[in-house]
Amino acid sequence: MRGGEAIIKALKEQGVDTIFGYPGGQVIPFYDMLYGDDLRHILVRHEQCAAHAADGYARASGKVGVCLATSGPGATNLVTGIATAFMDSSPILAITGQVPTHLIGNDAFQEADIMGITMPITKHSYQVNDVDLIPSLIKNSFEISSSGRPGPVLIDVPKEIQEKELKKYSYSLIDTPGYKPTTKGNIKQIRKACDEIKKAKNPIILSGGGVIISNASEELKTLSNLIKAPVMTTLLGKGSVNENDEHCLGMVGMHGRKVANVSVNKSDCLIAIGCRFSDRTTGKIDEFAPNAQVIHIDIDPAEIGKNLEVDIPIVGDAKNVLKSLVEELKKDSSKFKSEEWFKNTKSLKNKYIPKTTYNHCPLKPQEVMKEISESLNPESIMTTDVGLNQMWAAHFHHAQKPRKFITSGGLGTMGFGFPSAIGAKVACPEDNVVAVTGDGGFLMVCQELATIKEYDIPIIIALLNNRKLGMVYQWQNLLYDERCCQTDLGQTPDFVKLGESFGINSLRVSNPGETKEAMNNALKDGESILLDIIVDENEFLPMIPPGSCITEYLGEYKLENE
Amino acid sequence: MQSHVISTLVEDKPGVLQKVASLFTRRGYNIDSITVGSSEVENLARMVIVVNGNKQVLEQVTKQLNKLVDVVKVKDLEQETLVQRELCLVKVKVKNEISRSEIIQYANIYNAEIIDVCDDNITLEVTGNPKKLNSLLELLKNHGIIKIARTGPTAISRGKN
Repeated sequence: MRGGEAIIKALKEQGVDTIFGYPGGQVIPFYDMLYGDDLRHILVRHEQCAAHAADGYARASGKVGVCLATSGPGATNLVTGIATAFMDSSPILAITGQVPTHLIGNDAFQEADIMGITMPITKHSYQVNDVDLIPSLIKNSFEISSSGRPGPVLIDVPKEIQEKELKKYSYSLIDTPGYKPTTKGNIKQIRKACDEIKKAKNPIILSGGGVIISNASEELKTLSNLIKAPVMTTLLGKGSVNENDEHCLGMVGMHGRKVANVSVNKSDCLIAIGCRFSDRTTGKIDEFAPNAQVIHIDIDPAEIGKNLEVDIPIVGDAKNVLKSLVEELKKDSSKFKSEEWFKNTKSLKNKYIPKTTYNHCPLKPQEVMKEISESLNPESIMTTDVGLNQMWAAHFHHAQKPRKFITSGGLGTMGFGFPSAIGAKVACPEDNVVAVTGDGGFLMVCQELATIKEYDIPIIIALLNNRKLGMVYQWQNLLYDERCCQTDLGQTPDFVKLGESFGINSLRVSNPGETKEAMNNALKDGESILLDIIVDENEFLPMIPPGSCITEYLGEYKLENE
Repeated sequence: MQSHVISTLVEDKPGVLQKVASLFTRRGYNIDSITVGSSEVENLARMVIVVNGNKQVLEQVTKQLNKLVDVVKVKDLEQETLVQRELCLVKVKVKNEISRSEIIQYANIYNAEIIDVCDDNITLEVTGNPKKLNSLLELLKNHGIIKIARTGPTAISRGKN
């Protein structure tokens, strides 16, 4: 057995059914060994999209997503995708070809130090110098990538290693004594947290991406109902709790729902789970939850106290910790003091329903998003791009289940929405997948229309077209004296014709009610479709200016009932 | 701002020093010095890092170091029980017989070893905590220092720890 064959075998033994990749000079041996093999390979049209697709696959399924590229430019094209996965703790394995070992360091053709380049954006990386280690390295990479706080791992495989014969295919142990994630919470800390929760009159839960990663949604719901605390989420936490639930306040932060932003600053006990208090979540950090005792549960000790000073840190896996926390809380039968607050936040939620009914032309993105959201069943997966389209989705789409809302939160990668949808659909072929995107981000990755056509991967692309780089355009209008520099995208291209040229059904949507109709038809039809939805370029999302307290909205927060 | 000495056990593999160094750069921490050598455990090396910063910076540094898969153990050595030693090689100008004997006297006082002599210079080797080294170098300045090579401090804790 040769190195490349060992990679394929080891990947399959880790449960991999599909990889996303793009061939090139230094991975020809690998592709030669893939010839005729039953491991599914999806040929993307740009390596960056292979990484995003692997990421989407990982987030939708909870399994490790695998992408592969050649050395040099192939490898560097993966970088944005790897960084995206790193920032959002998504488990992907990137395999790169490398020039033959004897040429490394000689500036050989298509040589790049991809190990060095990706060092700060991977959880771990290996360069293979011994072909016999391949099975162990792959197994090890899967373990490291998916356990603890997940993250990308890179394996760099020089060309001659792919061709070399193994002496023996075996998982000879590779020891990583320095890797021992803490999964169980410290019971003393958990008891301290219990005392604080018992005392609290206005407790609130902030649920982050960690809750989804550790599959802790059930435990979260139990805790929320037990202690009578409403739940708000971070962007990545969307779906960790059913957003149609009356006690879910939605997303908090710079573009957060008013009810969440107002409530967190009234609370006296903040239970933050699997989140990292990013500046987009907290606004001005000194004025975030100023009166609250903060309990922070996270598997990564480095996140505790990094951005926000914490009163009771608990390091551990969210599911484990929440289970123990609920058990401990149940031991003491005294009543919680938060019944009234729980009711009040519910009525506050009803008071602050954001406006979505407009019946306006050009279409208002709020209404468009609402219609898209309402057309989807709870199993449907929505991926988003980055910018206004993402925030409209975050604000107006109600995710009902974990792993059904996929977005680039930390890195904010434009072009993420469409390729990650490909990965999500490959991972969950039974579920409808909608990629919400914008005209800017979609044009960065539109070549993947060829991929979905060739492989018949049905995806609904909801392109919110405002002919602007909307988010930056909004900032320029609101914060930079309307000096709108380089954010007008003009009238090019004609997205309907673009889609059709790839053989994808494409439809322009520009009148009220048409979005709903188009979505319903697309869902019934089951084929890929590109919806070019023309939206009002001057409709801005309520926002908190950077560095301000999260209750200080810039512009009007329009309410449905007014 | 305080200077802290962090002792780490790391896997003795290529690229580990780069990973540690790049972590410091990426997070905006300043390394004062770093020394690497083998440790009492096979396949593990000890890195002693001197870093400047407040309590919060130090906490982040240790936590972030711990996150690196190749880093096995991280310990912030306490100032009270800490022993620091550094090695310095210094080449000093010799102008005349008086300066030669003065330099030799200093060497004796500081327990420095004379490792090379030629007609117009002397090379000394001195070990000690960085303050001792600084003080000797200060004295030698008057004679004219030609070259200095310092290792940066390595450290260990006294007693049972």
